[in-house]
Order: sequence, then structure tokens, then C-alpha cells
Amino acid sequence: MQDRKPGSFTGSRRQFIRTGIGVAGGLALPAGFVSEAVAAEPQHPPIGTWPAGVSGSSVFIGISVPRTGTYAVQGEDELKGYQLAIEHINAGHPLIKQISPKTTKGVLGKELKYGVADSAAKPNDAVQAQQRFITENKAIMITGGTSSAVAVALNKLAQREKVLFVCGISGSNDTTGKDCVRYGVRQNFYGETAANAIGPALLKAYGKNKKAAFMTPDYTYGHTVTKSVNEFLTKNGGWTMVTNQVSPLGAPDFSSYLTNIANSGAEFLINVNWGHDAVLSCQQAKQFGLLPKMKLVIPYQIPFLAREVGPEITEGVYAATDFWWTMEDKYPLAKMFVEEFDKKFGYKPEWGAENAYMEFALWAEAVEHAGSFYPPDVIKSYESPRKLNSFVGEVQWRPQDHQLIRPVIIVKGKAPKDMKNKEDYWEVVEVVPGAGLMQKPDAFGCKLGDYT
Amino acid sequence: MITWSNFLSQLFNGLAQGALLALISSGLTIIYGTLGVLNLAHGAMFMIGGYAGYVAFQYTGSFVLAVLAGTLFMLVVGVVMERVIIRHFYSRPGEDQLLVTFGLSIVFVEIVRFFFSSQSKTVAAPAALSGITNLGVMFYPTYRLAVVGIVAVALLALFIVLYRTRLGMIVRAGIEDSVMVDSLGIDVYRVFMVVFGIGAMAAGFAGIVNAPVVSLSPDMGEAILVQTFVVVVIGGVGSFPGAVVGGLIAGEIISLTSMVNPGYAYVMLFAAMVLVLLVRPRGLFGAKGRE
Repeated sequence: MQDRKPGSFTGSRRQFIRTGIGVAGGLALPAGFVSEAVAAEPQHPPIGTWPAGVSGSSVFIGISVPRTGTYAVQGEDELKGYQLAIEHINAGHPLIKQISPKTTKGVLGKELKYGVADSAAKPNDAVQAQQRFITENKAIMITGGTSSAVAVALNKLAQREKVLFVCGISGSNDTTGKDCVRYGVRQNFYGETAANAIGPALLKAYGKNKKAAFMTPDYTYGHTVTKSVNEFLTKNGGWTMVTNQVSPLGAPDFSSYLTNIANSGAEFLINVNWGHDAVLSCQQAKQFGLLPKMKLVIPYQIPFLAREVGPEITEGVYAATDFWWTMEDKYPLAKMFVEEFDKKFGYKPEWGAENAYMEFALWAEAVEHAGSFYPPDVIKSYESPRKLNSFVGEVQWRPQDHQLIRPVIIVKGKAPKDMKNKEDYWEVVEVVPGAGLMQKPDAFGCKLGDYT
Repeated sequence: MITWSNFLSQLFNGLAQGALLALISSGLTIIYGTLGVLNLAHGAMFMIGGYAGYVAFQYTGSFVLAVLAGTLFMLVVGVVMERVIIRHFYSRPGEDQLLVTFGLSIVFVEIVRFFFSSQSKTVAAPAALSGITNLGVMFYPTYRLAVVGIVAVALLALFIVLYRTRLGMIVRAGIEDSVMVDSLGIDVYRVFMVVFGIGAMAAGFAGIVNAPVVSLSPDMGEAILVQTFVVVVIGGVGSFPGAVVGGLIAGEIISLTSMVNPGYAYVMLFAAMVLVLLVRPRGLFGAKGRE
């Protein structure tokens, strides 16, 4: 029995009603005011929620993150990143201005409002919620993720509805590969870049010709990450995949998979599982004595993993990630972000929040650069090559598949005795530049589709 | 990966997995068999048992007290639930019962999430039972071995209550025909309360016994609930031996299928359920004509 819950809104109900009234009020304004408000926008036939969604003094963003289910912890973290970004954009915070220099307050002077729905990491739930935000709230941009199955579904919705989808956490090669769309963009690292970044680190640390067991969640994210990592290690290091344990999202127990791995003769356990599945499979691997006998590898980092399983399990473990907070030592924007986030929420942000914040900051930059919310103009703004600031140094959008060219961070788990404070779980081993990690733009079959 | 040692390992693992499923399913099947209420909150009750035990464990550090706390807390919750809500639904249509128990499960899950967040919690196994045991063909977590024993004892206790006591006789009679039991002058509603309490207690007990094996999360009951339904269908609705045998069969199906193709382990469970429904709709141990 799958439980399905209606969307919930953050903030108070009253706040939501106010938002609704605000949007409705904007629509009901006298014709003269409306045409004046739209005057800044170029003259085009209506498309998607444009110009209806930008006719008031605010614009609406639809956010769907998992707040229940296997990925709930990561979804909440992601949501906090969005909230901080919206707060900063609306206030014209110095951090946002570092990334989007033209920002004053809001985006093109319009305040950002938002609604939040629980996707439970299920594509159906996410699509229904976003459809509602598009129809009822005239959302000008939709976002959310923490499951590539959701990201791919929202890609399709965005292209159909002609509303920009700024993708949340999604690790599948398909999101900007075979399932890419003109109306979707992705900031974070993914299977192929993770594999090409962590692969050399593994070969350097452990050498060639090793035997590895994979644990793979049974959907687009799991399959593409496992494929990319295995291909790298096989081709470049002569490693062998001795078993691949594919399991459903939210499996209640991993004992039978671990039993197979115990009997496989593997020396490495490459765990692609994510969210609570990763927590449970790592803990049970320890119970079965597979860890630390086998070396654990996390090719696609899971926010909060170390906090949940403890440093005894993550000690010495290599992982590829989007961001780790100790990068603040070398990257000034990262430092600002970590301080602001910690001040508001009381803990160091993980990469889910970092990704969420960066997505919104880069979206604000793209809209300000376009000078309009008109979707084809915003998309063309994303596609026009220019250097951008980020928490991890200079980055750039790739116009052919709407993937950000950004570094992948290789981290290694610290031993409990080496931790300088209770959140000092990982040591940044290497910041691998992004350009060399990516496949050719058309290698995964990306065809972006139409602007209108 | 079919090798002799892996086969033996999986055979044993299936037994261990199945034992726990049997325990949870027995609570579900007793409630459904006696009260006619399909309790969709059973998975959430399993989860609450784990969290209640976790709280006790945090305060006392004693696993035995944690097990007692998880079990007794769920007994109390079960009795209160029955008195306040469930009993008003005995004569209502089945859909109403599904909706109210489904609603309760959402409430339970969100209450736990509110107090404990979605981040997982762990309960350590008692020191004597932690570590790994060499079974010859494989190393197996000692606590999981102990769970097989603990569950066997718990199921035996349930068996004695159901088959060797007057209460058990009434309950079993109630499963067959509650109207007749009522007309014999037995306060069947009182029995219902006790039965619901016992079912809830079994779920709570399973929840805390299972806690050291998994990490607790508010959503953990959802996947378990689906599996226990499959177990009950395979074993036969309302049948206690059916729940036990069904649980063991389910555990073996998951384990042995994973050896051939891990991707199909859980799918095969449903395939088995479909097969049973086609060939023997009342389940392996279900009596003919029973709802």
C-alpha cells in the first residue's frame, strides 16, 4: 500500500492564503496597471505561465521535495537551501549579489513567493503537485528532486507546460542525457562526472585488478551511476564487478543482498544506494561483518550519511560529492554560505542545501541577465556562454544539454579521532575540475526540444 | 550467484527474515480474523513499538527494558485505539475501516516524525548478542540469530494463549463466527478489545526486537505492511499457523530469489501471492467460507 499525501505548504496556512490572494489580486488588477507592470516584459504571445505569472509584484515558485519516505532527510535539507536562497534573493543579500551581480531585491524587482509539496520521491506525486502550482499559482519556475525518477518526470512536465524546471538533486546521467529537455537545467554532479572523478582516486589509492560488489537502487539513478562507475574501473583499472545487487527503493531489509555479497569474494563494496536505503545497507553491511573487511566506496554522496551511520563506518571511505562545508577554508563564497546557513538552521549545510541554493542563485542570475521572465529568453540566457561564480569556484552552463560544468569534490571519511568538531566527518581530498569529467554533449542522446 | 555455500547461507537468511515477518503478520491476521478489521495502521504500530523502545533505551540503556517498554506501550496504544476509534467501525463498511486505519497510520507516522525527525535512530543490540557468529558456510550477525530464537518463543507464547486458554478458545470461535459467540452470552466486544491489544502488542514487540537489525525511521512500517499483507494472503486470512508458515515462505522467497536475480526478490513475493490466490484463494491454511 503506497501512501500518498496531499501537498503541504510551508509557513502558516495564513501565509499561503495571503500568497494566493496576492497572486489572485495581481491578476485582478485594473487593466491599466497590469499593462504597465507587463510593460517591462517583451511583446510575445503568451507561453506557459507567462505573462500571467509575472503580472503582479511577485512571482511564484513551485517546490516539490520528499518530506516523507526513503529520501525525507535529504528533501528537508534541500528545502532549507531553497528557503535561504529565496530569503537572500528577496533581501538582495551580498552573497546572492556575488553570484547574480544584477540582483537588487527579488528577481527583476519582483518578490519570490513559493509553495511546497511533498513528493515522497514519487514521480506521480511530484507531477500532480507541480501541475497544481502551475495551474493555480501560475508558477513561473518549478523545482525539486532528490530522485532522478522525479527529475525526469518533471523534465517532461516542464517541456509540455513550457515552465522552466530548475532541477533539484538528481544523479542520473539521463536527466541531462537521453531525457534532457529545453525547459530543464541541472546544477549538480551526476553518475558520469562522479565516476570520472572518483575513479582515478580509487585506482591511485587501491591499485588495479580489484573485485567489487555493487549495490544499486532499481531506477534510472542507480543504473546509470553503477554503469558509469563500473565502466571507468573496468576500462582503466581492470577491476571486475563480481556481483550487482539491485534492490527496490525503500527496501526494508538488505540481508539477502548482503548474503550474496558475502559469498561473492568481493574486496570492495560500492554502494550506490541513497537516502535511508544507504544508511540501512551500510549499517547492515557492518552487522554482517562485510565492513570493514571490504572497503566501502560511496560514488554518489548522500547528505547526512555520516551523521546517521557514524564515522566508524565512513572512516577511510572515498566519496564523490557536490560540496563539503570545509571547502569554506579555500572558497570565500562557500564560507559565506556555510555561515549564513549555520546561523539560520544551526548546522553545517550538506550538498543538498548547497545545490538548492546554487540552483536558485543561478536562476536569478539567468533571469536578470535575460532582463525578462519570458521563458525562451531565460533559456537562451542559460545557453549563452559566460563564466559564473559559485561556492566551488568558476562554473559555466553547457548550452547543448543544460548541464552545469562544475567541479566534483572527492572526500574521504575521517576517523573519529581526527575530527576537529562533531560535524567534521569528511576530508576534502581533491577538487576535480568539471570540464574533463563530462561526456560529449550528445553521447547520452540528449535532444533538447523546442523553445516554444 | 548460485553456489552451494551461498544457497545454504540464503536458506538460513530466509528463515531469519521470515521469522520476523511471521511475528508481525500474526498480529495482523489475528485482528483481521477476529474483528474483521483490516488494520492498515499495523505497519505504523510496528514502527511505534520500535520508537517507544528507543526512548526507553535512551533513558535506561537496557535492551530488556526497551523491549518491555515497546511491547507494553503498544498494548496500551492498541487498547486505547480500539476503545476510542476502532470499535465504532465494526459495523461500518469495510472501506470505512480501511480509511480510518489508513488515516491513523498517517497520523502515527507524522507524530513520530514531528518528535524524532526523519533522521534514523539506532538501538544497539545487547552486548552479549552483538558481533558475528561463524555458521560454517557464512558469518552471520549474532543478534539476527538471537531474533530467530526470540521470535520462536514469542510465537509459542501466542500459540499457547490462542490454543490452550479459554480466552484463546473464544478468540478462535470469534474468528469462525463472532455473532454466534455473542449470542452464547460472551461479551464479544470485550474480547475484541483484548484481541486488538494482543495484535498491537505483537506489532510493538516485533518493532523493538527488529530495531537493532535496522535503523528506525518514521516510514519503516510502510514497506513492512505490504509484506505482511502478502504473508497473510499466502498463509490464509485469520489463520495463526498460516501467518507463521506464510512468513517463513515469504522470507525464503525473498532470499532464494535474490540469489538468482536480486532485482526480482520482492517481485517474486507478489508473484507467489498471485499464484496462491489463483490456486487456493483462501490461502494455505485458510478455512473455506471464512471472510
